Amino acid sequence: MAAIKGISVKSFGLKDNRSALPYLLLAPGLIYLALFFVYPIIALGQMSTKTSSGEIGQYEQSFRFANYVDAFLGSKEQFSRSFIYATIATLLALAIAYPLAYAIAFKSGKWKNVLLVLIVAPFFTSFLLRTIAWKQILGEEGPVIKVLRGVHIISPQTSLTATSFAVVTGLAYNFLPFMTLPLYASLERIDPRTLEASGDLYANVFTTFRKVTLPLSMPGVVAGTLLTFIPAAGDYINAAILGSPSNKMLGNVIDARFFKIVDYPTAAALSFTLMAAILILVTVYIRKAGTEELV
Amino acid sequence: MKKLTRWLSKNLIKVYAFLGFTYLFIPVFYTFAFSFNDSGRSNLVWKGFTLKNWKNPCGAPDICMALGNSLKIGLISTILATILGTLIAFALGRYKFAGRSTTNLLIFLPMATPEIVLGASLLTMFLNLGITPGLVPTIIAHVMFCISFVVVTVKARIASLDPRLEQAAMDLYANEWQTFRRVTLPLVAPGIAAAALLSFSLSFDDFIITNFNSGTVTTFPKFVYTAAARGIPAQANVIGSSMFFIALIVVIAGQILSNKRKAKI
Repeated sequence: MAAIKGISVKSFGLKDNRSALPYLLLAPGLIYLALFFVYPIIALGQMSTKTSSGEIGQYEQSFRFANYVDAFLGSKEQFSRSFIYATIATLLALAIAYPLAYAIAFKSGKWKNVLLVLIVAPFFTSFLLRTIAWKQILGEEGPVIKVLRGVHIISPQTSLTATSFAVVTGLAYNFLPFMTLPLYASLERIDPRTLEASGDLYANVFTTFRKVTLPLSMPGVVAGTLLTFIPAAGDYINAAILGSPSNKMLGNVIDARFFKIVDYPTAAALSFTLMAAILILVTVYIRKAGTEELV
Repeated sequence: MKKLTRWLSKNLIKVYAFLGFTYLFIPVFYTFAFSFNDSGRSNLVWKGFTLKNWKNPCGAPDICMALGNSLKIGLISTILATILGTLIAFALGRYKFAGRSTTNLLIFLPMATPEIVLGASLLTMFLNLGITPGLVPTIIAHVMFCISFVVVTVKARIASLDPRLEQAAMDLYANEWQTFRRVTLPLVAPGIAAAALLSFSLSFDDFIITNFNSGTVTTFPKFVYTAAARGIPAQANVIGSSMFFIALIVVIAGQILSNKRKAKI
């Protein structure tokens, strides 16, 4: 990766400019991110160790780190559920998206651009509408359950909605384009001649895939799994619409603590824990997968 | 039978892709189909075909006000995020400077932070400062999470340019500004357009961050979420389907335009 980076820097001619121009270009955007991304995160960190000052909605700083313990112990189940659901949904999305991206990159011919647009097109119908549509398609009044019950694949008591199955498939569905696009981008860069060369050297289809295609597409796999896993782990909409109370994820708890219980400090502590857990996982994963430059 | 298996093994990946796209579009078709449903208050069961929802998309109370807010927030956020993000993308794509990796990290982090954390942290800051959630805090939040996506999209476009085109302009005695104006910017423009479209769709569809920071202001996704409890009016399906077709037309028109331009060159 480092070698590729070195070449690209040279051939794209980055200017070694000692003037202030690059900093002038950066300043507005980076100041904006400092004010409205970094500073709020600090404010959230401060909030997480505050305690109620008696009045509703008023908190004072008391450095009560036990907020974290309270918050974590109160929602261990939802915490682990978030990570388990997000992991399964990410693997599911990878399994669905990889052949899809492969087909677009190598088999679509002049339809390539149209198919790429179609991958993102569902985004434009509100994701809430689509999630609710799934609820109705899989629900008690919907066609799927009637057919499945009619041919006795599932018993009349079994439901498809309000299950962990519905939440996980909902998550996989929602973030599928985030998985497909990076996979496509890395597959598209593969020179088809390398695959032909592998075939010429008597590798069969599976060996070619395992030894050539898959390793070359790893940057896409890493980027796609991250872009799916991160929002999935923090999501609470799928659990709220497609799940039952026993499928609640960490996002549901944070949402409820902010808006229903109005307990900002523990909500902040939970948000912080979620962010820290995701960042640690992401760092370990990127190290293991061996791709440094993602952005 | 043998023929069929041979055809299948040859076209397996295409069949699979077809199934994948079908899966992706089932809820879109469903939403479209139920926009013609002659439903009462809740749009759950098919009750017969009607055009009345399409003739009167604002028929459900508050739905067009919510849509208007979403469009307003989306447009303003898109313009601001596209400007800020494009400037950063040019700095990263064109110059070597100290603090490059810190900048990259600062761009990456908002994308690696779950929406609920972004929403919660901004709300905490606004409350600390005594700012009431509403339209302006929502726009501030949307610009924030769109910037990173703009930077990544535009930077990729800048990186894919052939540097010889700019060198050629310089060889022909264009100064740095002329080169930028006449060569670089037109070449990067499709990337900027794609970034703006992406920003708008992210902003328009956002629920979680909006829900934290919008207070009493209703956006279209907020309207849908609140309505879901008592049954979504079919007009929501009309608006969702219209957005889908409008976006598709914009993208296809852009594609035709760039094809024409390529043909000219």
